[in-house]
Amino acid sequence: MRTYIPPEFIVKIDHLRCRRCKRCIMNCGFGTLSFQDRVVADNHKCVACHRCVTFCPEGAITIENNPLSFKANEHWTPAVIKSIYKQAETGGMLFTGMGNDRKYISYFDQLALDACQVTNPSIDPLREPMELRTYLGSKPNSLQVEMKDGNYTLTTEMGPQIKLETPIIFAGMSFGSISLNAHKALARAASICGTLMNTGEGGLHRELYPYSSNIIVQVASGRFGVNQEYLDRAAAVEIKIGQGAKPGIGGHLPGEKINQEVSQTRMIPEGTDAISPAPHHDIYSIEDLSQLIYALKEATRYQKPVGVKIAAVHNVAAIASGIARAGADFIYIDGMRGGTGATPTVIRDNIGIPIEMAIAAVDDRLRQEGIRNWVTLIAAGGIRSSGDVAKAIALGADVVAIGTAALVAMGCRLCQKCYTGNCSWGIATQRPELVRRLEPEEATERLVNLVRGWSLELKEILGALGVNAIESLRGSRERLRGIGLNKTELEILGVKPAGR
Amino acid sequence: MRGTKPRIPSGCAIVGIFNRKAKRFSGSDVLRSIRTMHDRSNGLGGGFAGYGIYPEYRDHYAFHLLYEDKASQLETESFLEENFNIDRSEPIPTRPHPNITDPPILWRYFLRLKPHHQERLQIENGTCEPAIRSGQGDERDFVVQQVMYINRYIGGAFVASSGKNMGVFKGVGFPEDIGEFFRIDEYEGYMWTAHGRFPTNTPGWWGGAHPFTILDWSVVHNGEISSYGINKRYLEMFGYHCTLQTDTEVIAYLFDLLHRRHGLPLEVTCMALAAPFWKDVDRNKDGKAELARGLRQVYGSALLNGPFSVLVGYNGGMIGLTDRIKLRPLVCAEKEDYMYLASEESAIREICPAPDRVWAIKAGEPVMVQLDEGVQP
Repeated sequence: MRTYIPPEFIVKIDHLRCRRCKRCIMNCGFGTLSFQDRVVADNHKCVACHRCVTFCPEGAITIENNPLSFKANEHWTPAVIKSIYKQAETGGMLFTGMGNDRKYISYFDQLALDACQVTNPSIDPLREPMELRTYLGSKPNSLQVEMKDGNYTLTTEMGPQIKLETPIIFAGMSFGSISLNAHKALARAASICGTLMNTGEGGLHRELYPYSSNIIVQVASGRFGVNQEYLDRAAAVEIKIGQGAKPGIGGHLPGEKINQEVSQTRMIPEGTDAISPAPHHDIYSIEDLSQLIYALKEATRYQKPVGVKIAAVHNVAAIASGIARAGADFIYIDGMRGGTGATPTVIRDNIGIPIEMAIAAVDDRLRQEGIRNWVTLIAAGGIRSSGDVAKAIALGADVVAIGTAALVAMGCRLCQKCYTGNCSWGIATQRPELVRRLEPEEATERLVNLVRGWSLELKEILGALGVNAIESLRGSRERLRGIGLNKTELEILGVKPAGR
Repeated sequence: MRGTKPRIPSGCAIVGIFNRKAKRFSGSDVLRSIRTMHDRSNGLGGGFAGYGIYPEYRDHYAFHLLYEDKASQLETESFLEENFNIDRSEPIPTRPHPNITDPPILWRYFLRLKPHHQERLQIENGTCEPAIRSGQGDERDFVVQQVMYINRYIGGAFVASSGKNMGVFKGVGFPEDIGEFFRIDEYEGYMWTAHGRFPTNTPGWWGGAHPFTILDWSVVHNGEISSYGINKRYLEMFGYHCTLQTDTEVIAYLFDLLHRRHGLPLEVTCMALAAPFWKDVDRNKDGKAELARGLRQVYGSALLNGPFSVLVGYNGGMIGLTDRIKLRPLVCAEKEDYMYLASEESAIREICPAPDRVWAIKAGEPVMVQLDEGVQP
């Protein structure tokens, strides 16, 4: 069938500058460019991943939005029309990668942080200690101490706690959806930064074993790669119920991506599709979840925190309360901007609620029930900067997880084509010639730099707020003000409007 | 105009005097001391806490109330009558003072709990919501609930203090004027604290002056609790409601929660509220790393952050504490059985010209003084 879909982008090659070195052709993972006496582009294939642009030694390539105009229509936008063409031509579901890119309000952008002036001095983080250390794990509501040999000692036994040097961890991204080199870089960076990476649901490759103490392993509905060794090689275990980019649905890693390494790590035959069912087939209620939590705690001899990851959906507060009472040590909440390697577009773009609202509602609910200490709250889903981190923490999160931001640090351009396996940057692909491009050492350095930069900025923010510990910002909504939000939104977020 | 601008004084003034042998002395000393630090306040608040001042009612809860009008007094009194035997009820004695204008109705009550209050509490669950989650029917929890109820729900009524054998005298004005107005020179106590206020964050109103109290805890505070937002939300989990438009009240409630309800020793409570830095914990020079880590993990939301020096009084003792990097001053002195703590050394020397020892307290490390063993106030 002849396609009616116009190309999204136009690749322009300046043939006066071009030396015909063909590097661009080699670099394009999508087969857009070819050589016919000179470099020629098939615009239909271009995804604007910028790989050719970045590596052209002559700077001879530019990529532009296709200026092709549709008759102006506020309702039937070009994107809508093109989607209909696609489905009319294929009869399938539309697929996409990364997080929701639609124009929903970003509450982070409507919140402003406070700072000290005169009455309480701000603190200079270059001169004074500024503490970001955060412990992941369940805490009791109170402690007991006794006098022993003239010193007070703790008598309360605490559950397992993981020390994080900064309240930023890496979000779950599976080996399979991303490359082994990307996984290695995340694990190394987590180890260097004193924080955690998360395997996602694709198992743990042996090459990551040295970084065990900085790894959360995921137990998802497909149970890929889950065995005793997997649990032993982790700092914490996470049961994945849902994901912000695809709440309520399962996952599908196509057989083409299941090469030998992925097959061994996931413990499935090479070339078969890896299907994660929508629900866990042993979890149909909160009691079932509790059973799995305790099964995993038994399997790890109560030495490791066991948490649950859910997508932020309408009733997230009640769900989180149930999870806390079911015995989870941490709850990972993924907002509607959360990313993915592959998801039906209609699910990604229309389901879930923003992480800002979810975290505020959950924190409130757990406090009302007096069980806030029982769980560490991890907020994720579209965290773009240290400003977002600070705001998420002020709303009530203990820890923030970053997925998309980490990928961008490694070179990702958010072209949203992860599900094709053609990632020219070697991140979301298993094609060996592409994977090779992502140099783990350099990617590690980029990740470490990002976490370091954000951590420094967090310290500046704390200093401006006149506090020297992240705990004093956590849940301190008094230090936030809303701009342009209505009364109900302010009430849910628990913040006052600017000027009050 | 350059050069003629008045100097803008900063911060508040606090002072505390404590006698270890429970020897009672007149309030005039503390009055003289706080007067020295006149420039540290701006006339928008002053107050005193005296301990051991009501020996004849030592087992009664002494409630000092401020009322904006007669209606709030009537409502409060009928509420108190429901829950307590009121053994004495009288206006707090004052003398007219040219600088103190428009005081509220000032009244004090000496109360004993009605014997069946616990049963009633269970039956009438509606009156004092929400129940404090302590799991035990400590009568002091009941008293805390009554105070919270009055401050929250009875408009125009405000509890200035509610402890046994102690009382708080406070209002809008310079502290020396407030002290004279309340005739505190006519009381004798074994411990006095005083506060001169330079309010910046909250309006100057009578209820907003220091000390802040709950039960016999009283707090005078110089500084600002920048972590107020989370301290307040943390306390709400345990049934404390911050209603007084000031950050200081969280300190009193945190002491009550951690020490009285959670049973942490005072020293450990201070370690939670002004936690040592991780860099020092990691070094573990004093072998307290495990304790410090546990406290921080569990009580991180109770960490008091921002510039402060505070004096916390309770029956039988006094604590001086500053923030972790000591952004507000606090000086200690000792002379025989007396212990002095003040924002400025001058305030101590004014009443004790030749102390045996004077020192500045260390950042985040409490100075604690208690009655000698066996001494009863």
